[in-house]
Amino acid sequence: MAMSIDVSGLNAYYGKFLAVRDVSITIEPRSVTAFIGPSGCGKSTVLRSLNRMHEVIPGARVEGKVLLDGEDIYGPNIDPVNVRRTIGMVFQRPNPFPTMSIFHNVAAGLRLAGTHRKSELQDVVERSLRGANLWNEVKDRLSKPGGGLSGGQQQRLCIARAIAVQPQVLLMDEPCSALDPISTLAIEDLIDELKSTYTIVIVTHNMQQAARVSDRTAFFNIAGFGEPGELIEYDDTSTIFSRPSNKQTEEYITGRFG
Amino acid sequence: MTATRVPRRDHAVATRRSSFSAGDRVFRAVSVTAATVVLVAMAAIAVFLVIRSVPAIRQDTTNFLTTRAWLPEEARPIFGIAALLFHTVVTSALAMIIAVPVAVGVALFTTFYAPRRLSAGLGYLVDLLAAVPSVIYGLWGFFFLAPNITGLTLWLSRWLGWTGIVHYRLNNTPNNLSDLTAGVVLAIMILPIVSSITREVFRQVPRDQVEAALAIGATRWEMIRTAVLPFGRSGVVSAAILGLGRALGETLAVAIILAPAYTISVHLTEGGGITFASNIALKYSEASELGIGALLGSGLCLFAITLGVNFGAQLLIRRRKEA
Repeated sequence: MAMSIDVSGLNAYYGKFLAVRDVSITIEPRSVTAFIGPSGCGKSTVLRSLNRMHEVIPGARVEGKVLLDGEDIYGPNIDPVNVRRTIGMVFQRPNPFPTMSIFHNVAAGLRLAGTHRKSELQDVVERSLRGANLWNEVKDRLSKPGGGLSGGQQQRLCIARAIAVQPQVLLMDEPCSALDPISTLAIEDLIDELKSTYTIVIVTHNMQQAARVSDRTAFFNIAGFGEPGELIEYDDTSTIFSRPSNKQTEEYITGRFG
Repeated sequence: MTATRVPRRDHAVATRRSSFSAGDRVFRAVSVTAATVVLVAMAAIAVFLVIRSVPAIRQDTTNFLTTRAWLPEEARPIFGIAALLFHTVVTSALAMIIAVPVAVGVALFTTFYAPRRLSAGLGYLVDLLAAVPSVIYGLWGFFFLAPNITGLTLWLSRWLGWTGIVHYRLNNTPNNLSDLTAGVVLAIMILPIVSSITREVFRQVPRDQVEAALAIGATRWEMIRTAVLPFGRSGVVSAAILGLGRALGETLAVAIILAPAYTISVHLTEGGGITFASNIALKYSEASELGIGALLGSGLCLFAITLGVNFGAQLLIRRRKEA
């Protein structure tokens, strides 16, 4: 299942504004990679470039290469819809479809992909909800709207929705920033389980979280307001947090700025 | 605030509070007055209609609801709303059937498909349609659309002829000044209001819903179906109801296109007809005391229909939300 991602020379723009400059990074399959850095450093932008979600913002575009197991997802014959089916995404704020039931939220991606057989949908919904550690909490109310769940449950519902289409890679954009500590712990445990199956990239503001869940950590920074964000350092998480080689990284992780 | 520790400051906070609440009181008074004025105006219209129309309807020698004639000036007054109701409902329903899908399409195109510049220009053009006076629409319908609608009529009668609602008599002189033509003109007239409200509703669709759909591999149309339409449904219904209100009440355009005829025919393509509003506009200037009362009675019916439609739509929206 899981695939590697190889980014080279990535520039990301919002209109004329260069938000991220020349990012090159290799992400291993079946690992958790954390993107950390101060606000505005472009870590979310890089994440959104990995499944072509960056370009859905009007005026936004990307230069450079993003290879998914060797194939450029920005290649001329690549349909972004297929890219997003292969590389799933979980967002900062839980965003289940409010008019859909829990069941249909999870089944939404499959139905779009053309699966309508009830038994098959039921299997996938159960498997995905179990995978997201939510099954036991919701199995008796699958027909209730997803908006009725707590924030943490909603986020796990969104993870279930993302893994239901069996992606190769799972991108998470600050998935715990809107959640309380207990829900955060549940998501972190889940990330640990999911990494045996998926390649996971997580953007986080929380350095302890990066240290807890990730195998590798990438630190992004900006030189100043209006300057493009850059990848400063990328290494094993233990190295980044114990003996970073770059001074900026050290200052950031010791809490001197950011 | 450390106000509790220093009594004087506490006092200062209290005075400031009261000035805030003065602002609150003014705002409250203004909004309550505004709301009351609307309700009073509605009630005043209803009461006026009832008071003036009930005596007239009492003098009607036939059934006011089922009679297809409007002769209140006769020695034995005969008048009823059956034909008015029929043509009002038929032309407005036609207008809705045509306008709502087109309006939703225009709104979707301008919000999700068109490049930004084109979208702004197109939105502006559609809004401009609302600024055209209804007499222009009426004249356009009479002089341009009616002579040119034969093709549509033939096409409809070919595919829908079996339903019996359209037929085209080739041996007769084509009379295109029909409910069909009026319905098309009304559709164009209500298009701007339905489409611009729908557009604003679609613009409010939360970005995270759109992205949620795209992230699970939705194409643009699938994204619209999964995220936009469910979110916008109640707004689209409201927009359609506002458009329907305009279609039900439209006077001049209908009066120009439809020659007054108090008949009921299931054929949409039958010439002539009369609606509540066009009947009032055509008759009031030469009506007697009784005639005015009769016209106001028909107005009361239109008023009730509009209220009923609005109420029904609210129910529809609420039920959808609960489901």
